[in-house]
Amino acid sequence: MAFVQNFPFFSILLSLFSGSISSVLNGKWAKRLNVIVITTISILSAAVLAFVLKSGQEYVYTMGHFPAPWGNEIRVGVLEAAMALIFCVIMFLCVVGGVLERELEIEETKQNLYYIMVNLLLCSLLALIYTNDLFTAYVFVEINTISACGLIMIRQTGRTIEAATRYMIMSLLGSGLLLLGICFLYSLTGHLLMSNIKEQVDILHASGNYHVPLLITICLISVGIAIKSALYPFHTWLPNAYGYSTLSSAAILSSLVSKGYIFLLVKIFYRVIGFDIIKESKVINVLFVFGIAGMIMGSFNAIKESDINRMIAYSSVAQVGYIYMGFGLGTTSGMIASLYHIISHAATKSLLFIAASGITDASGKSKDFFDLTGAGYRNRLAGAAFTVGSLSMVGFPMFSGFISKLLFAQAAVENRHKILITLIALAISVILNAVYFIKTVIRIYTPEQNEVIREKGFEQISFWEQPAKSFALICFILLNLLLGLSSEPIIRLIELGLGMFA
Amino acid sequence: MSRKIPDQEYEKTRSFRLKQWLDGTKDPFIGNVEMKPQKEFAEDEQTVFTRKKEKEQRRERVYDLAHNWEVIGFEKGYRLFSGLFCLFLVVMLLIAVSYLPSYGHAENPVNNEVSKRYIEDGLQETGAVNIVTGMILDYRAFDTLGESHVLFIATCTVLILLRKDRKKDENGNDISVSDRIYEPKNDVILQMAARVLVPLIIIFGIYVVLCGHLGPGGGFSGGAIIGAGLILYLNAFGFQKTERFFTGKTYKILSVSALSCYCLAKSYSFYTGANHIESVIPLGTPGAILSSGLILILNICVGVVVAGTMYTFYVMFRKGDY
Repeated sequence: MAFVQNFPFFSILLSLFSGSISSVLNGKWAKRLNVIVITTISILSAAVLAFVLKSGQEYVYTMGHFPAPWGNEIRVGVLEAAMALIFCVIMFLCVVGGVLERELEIEETKQNLYYIMVNLLLCSLLALIYTNDLFTAYVFVEINTISACGLIMIRQTGRTIEAATRYMIMSLLGSGLLLLGICFLYSLTGHLLMSNIKEQVDILHASGNYHVPLLITICLISVGIAIKSALYPFHTWLPNAYGYSTLSSAAILSSLVSKGYIFLLVKIFYRVIGFDIIKESKVINVLFVFGIAGMIMGSFNAIKESDINRMIAYSSVAQVGYIYMGFGLGTTSGMIASLYHIISHAATKSLLFIAASGITDASGKSKDFFDLTGAGYRNRLAGAAFTVGSLSMVGFPMFSGFISKLLFAQAAVENRHKILITLIALAISVILNAVYFIKTVIRIYTPEQNEVIREKGFEQISFWEQPAKSFALICFILLNLLLGLSSEPIIRLIELGLGMFA
Repeated sequence: MSRKIPDQEYEKTRSFRLKQWLDGTKDPFIGNVEMKPQKEFAEDEQTVFTRKKEKEQRRERVYDLAHNWEVIGFEKGYRLFSGLFCLFLVVMLLIAVSYLPSYGHAENPVNNEVSKRYIEDGLQETGAVNIVTGMILDYRAFDTLGESHVLFIATCTVLILLRKDRKKDENGNDISVSDRIYEPKNDVILQMAARVLVPLIIIFGIYVVLCGHLGPGGGFSGGAIIGAGLILYLNAFGFQKTERFFTGKTYKILSVSALSCYCLAKSYSFYTGANHIESVIPLGTPGAILSSGLILILNICVGVVVAGTMYTFYVMFRKGDY
């Protein structure tokens, strides 16, 4: 066994360990440790990705002395390694970009608790990505839920505590349904290991036994994860949780936490139940309908908002709708489009949150839409970054959002029954996106009269005033351009990884 | 070859005009497009009056909850709908359960090679007489590692929510609301009972932790018993006495060392297991207290984390500070 193959295990344990160590460090050292750990894990994941690409096949890594159905194991393929790398990079940029806000908004004695949450969140995301065992997935879903709650409410205002309570109730409902689904699967198949369950499910499906409970299991798992990742009718916890929490929390939650669950769902679809059985069960049609509803209703809600953070948060509802619509198409190309959109949305949404905070900084911290007039001139980098993010969300060529919309449209063509409704929904949704994003871009580039600026005390913010945020913004812009301009290798990577999944 | 043209000629070119526009020295619209300054927005008194009155009326209508049929209808409909939804969920799950394999049947899918190996070879392979402990701390130790961190992170979240770090407000007044003013407590019956019970409870808890691999018990249950003993002691004798041996710092150090110990021990065993290296930890004779490899140490670690978690929860909910 090559030494590189240990790296996924190292990265999970490293983030877990740094989480508990952070509780005895003070805020400053916890921050340093956190940055070091995330950087190390990014490098390790890159090495794993290179290794898996070179060897061209997946491998399993036994956690302990006992082989898989008895002990635990993790599984590493191209898609897993790529996702781990991207999640680490984005988390690093989110943590770096929000450092100023964190120091202002969080009490000094609780700074180190923030890094415990971030480290354990990273650990749970990695474990969700790599795991090959349903129960391990559930344990780390728990860690993910609790740490996300902590990230929301660590900025102690009434609104965030209300948002965290709401998030906790909805998210626990989702976890409960997921757990019920896992219990059903266990009693039907007698296994918790993904590959073994799949064998048994294939046998059950061929023999026609236990048809009803299997269907209900699929429903329970899909609905549970849909609640946790804020699919349209279950999105009520989302706007406050993303809109009022501190900057890096909002960026991490919107770009990574929900995506981790969606990736788990993809894994369950492909590696636990089998995509053909899922397609036959018609559950994906339900997901398709709700996805389309989310695409449109999320954008409508965003248009109505006058608070810029909540507007961006509602746009997440629409984007999660896109991802579920891709699942609902029921084709491999739809799945590839969804996975690409996971990456593209993660890169764009965190960019938008950080850029929006840069804009509001130049408007006296006011999040109100009308106070943002001319903010693009007062903070040039944040204005440019917000424009890039908006154009990407709308689907302007050159940026990542364009590629994902193109992929969705191409995937829709392959499905005879859903082509019309998908294309119409895409068109409407793009227009609605344009309504609220371009509206904001125009607003921040409408010059404000000098008297008003003086009267309200708006400040000019230069590039070097907030070096960490500027660095994060530039990296995000580059990442977005990279995803938009050279999408071909990434799409091929996803294709390769999905091939290894099945 | 570029050649410099005279300024007068240059001023007529497009590039000069573009430069002017970029610099902001000349706006091509000024002078060419008719521009009027906007009129100041003004309402006469009548419209202001009607607008305000209408707003007031609307407000009254909306907040008149006894007669606002929309709100009443929504609330009733909401209750009805949620009741129906719960009923639907219950019925659906009951139907699903009725289709599941019947409980305790020998031919159920659950009784397969996995549980067979746990039961038949568990003692030999893990050295633990208690098969359940062997399962959670050796076969599936990765899950338990995650589970102990769930407890840890739950405490951290409670600390975020409830710990009061700001003792004084802006004017320097003491804002830490504490029930210490009611101390020292002098409940003789409670103190007498606690004097007898607390040592017994804690010793029993330690016994349950240490013998987790020999009989029923283990870190989770033993830790909960120790935590209960600590809470009883706190209630009987108050914070002054407990703070002599258990403060926030103690909890931090204990939990970090327990979790690090767990992490390091399990990293060793995962690493050797995955790379097919022989582990140097002896399993010992089954039934002896010092046996079954790492399980004893892991049980102690889990016990410490659980006891600390319970005690910290209690303290945080009671006064938000150690």
